[in-house]
Amino acid sequence: MSGNVGDSRGWGLAVNGTLLVLACLSLLPLLWMLSVSFMPVGEASRFPPPLLPSSFTFGNYTELFQRIGMGRYFGNSLIVAGAATTLSVLINAAAGYAFAKLRFAGRDGLFKLLLAALVIPAQVTMLPLFLLMKQLGLVDSLGGVVVPALASVFGIFLVRQYARSIPDELLEAARIDGASELRIFVSIVLPILRPVLITLAIFTFMASWNDFMWPLIVLTSDENFTLPIALASLSREHIQDVEMMMAGAVVTVLPVLLLFLLLQRHYIRGLLQGSVKG
Amino acid sequence: MNRSLAGWIFAAPALLVLTVFFALPVFASLLLSFTDFDLYALANPQHLRFVGIRNYVELLQMPMFWKALGNTTYFVAVGVPLSIGVSLGAALLLNAPVARAQAVFRTALFAPVVTTLVAVAVIWRYLFHTSYGVVNFGLGSIGIEPIDWLGDPFWAMPTIILLAVWKNFGYNMVILLAGLQAIPNDLYEAARIDGASRWQQLRYITLPMLGPVLLVVGVITIAGYFQLFAEPYVMTRGDPLQSTVSVLYFMFEEGFRWWNLGRASAVAFILFVIVMTITALLMRMGRKKGLV
Repeated sequence: MSGNVGDSRGWGLAVNGTLLVLACLSLLPLLWMLSVSFMPVGEASRFPPPLLPSSFTFGNYTELFQRIGMGRYFGNSLIVAGAATTLSVLINAAAGYAFAKLRFAGRDGLFKLLLAALVIPAQVTMLPLFLLMKQLGLVDSLGGVVVPALASVFGIFLVRQYARSIPDELLEAARIDGASELRIFVSIVLPILRPVLITLAIFTFMASWNDFMWPLIVLTSDENFTLPIALASLSREHIQDVEMMMAGAVVTVLPVLLLFLLLQRHYIRGLLQGSVKG
Repeated sequence: MNRSLAGWIFAAPALLVLTVFFALPVFASLLLSFTDFDLYALANPQHLRFVGIRNYVELLQMPMFWKALGNTTYFVAVGVPLSIGVSLGAALLLNAPVARAQAVFRTALFAPVVTTLVAVAVIWRYLFHTSYGVVNFGLGSIGIEPIDWLGDPFWAMPTIILLAVWKNFGYNMVILLAGLQAIPNDLYEAARIDGASRWQQLRYITLPMLGPVLLVVGVITIAGYFQLFAEPYVMTRGDPLQSTVSVLYFMFEEGFRWWNLGRASAVAFILFVIVMTITALLMRMGRKKGLV
């Protein structure tokens, strides 16, 4: 009996110890980034590499915002992610509701087609999409980044799954009372959909904020860069400026990291719903 | 009648966006891959010619294309099993009854997933720097000579794989954790009564019960790993000795650096077909084993 207790104590120590090591490995690169971003210029390139700043400075951040124009990139990222999120949540909500609750000709066939399209990677579309954006005059504009993200099959699917639980009687009662379809959507459906819309909003915002390949293709001039594009381009010119580059990484990563920490319940729930789409 | 119209109107904006900015480009991409669309055609579409399957034939004769395909296959073949292995290990640990502070650990392990890939790729470049990187310093303290992680063709891709696994394993971990929590507890109790060891419980209960989830995770991860692009773009520019040129990096260079849009479209389609084929094979394998 006592041997058993000892065994399970050792087991507990092994499990929690391994988890602690994994957690450290996950967080240390991010903590290192934060620490270096406060180091005086040149300190991180010393040997042995220091883990904490010898003196704490905000200089890398002021340099970044005053001389490099990080504020502009931050603003661009905010505009792109904000617009993509607001508009696509609305558009996907309307479509998801329609596919769940409004019977229209061709609905089920169309939905199957959408699901089938999930297997096509976005990269297949990028070359013609660039030519299309050129025709529309949207190359090198924030609009060109936002427009293709205005609707997504994933978003429609997520909303549809949730909207199916809305009782038909509720909608029928409103119709009998003479409410228009638009009014039903705005004042009955949207409030019910709130939780799934929050989840979708977090997902869209993060995906848009972190997106790299398409903005890299469609944005060509420096003043229009979003944070990831600016950071990639800065890391070419300023590869020696470790401390400033880490400050740039902090500015890029921190908003999404905070958003996740604040709203992680919604985020994880969406992730689980999205992954069992089969 | 009224409601049918309403349905169309509510779905219309999304369908319009998906048609114009997704469906049409997919077909256009296929058409483009049969043309010699290049810088001249970009300036004046009259230079555009239909060339049949020439782009595909030429690609299959280009050493660079095979190199990119080989590098990407290496990244997928090593990265995916490693990533799923770490995800599964972490999920099993989190799900163990003796694990403390599960919520805190889960959040910590998941944090890399939400970070910006470009930013962490920049961090990685410094951590794995040959002379002042923390990694080589740590290895040096246990007597290992400095490794030129991103400058040595042998080490560059493994370094990128480490970054990808570090950044992504939390995603599958959460999915697998949900799968583990769905396994009925009485199965384990019955096994314990029969005297099954922890290893036997894992082998004969957990893994078989997790089969369907593992299949989904495998399909998603393989498709995702084939789309390797930002890591080599930020960390190595495809070097050293083109050991980190991926298929998408090659497509990007062909398309947007040399403006061979026809050939680049053919690259995109070949990649699409490869991923589709692997997905179909995996699903068939899963169906045979009764996982789907």
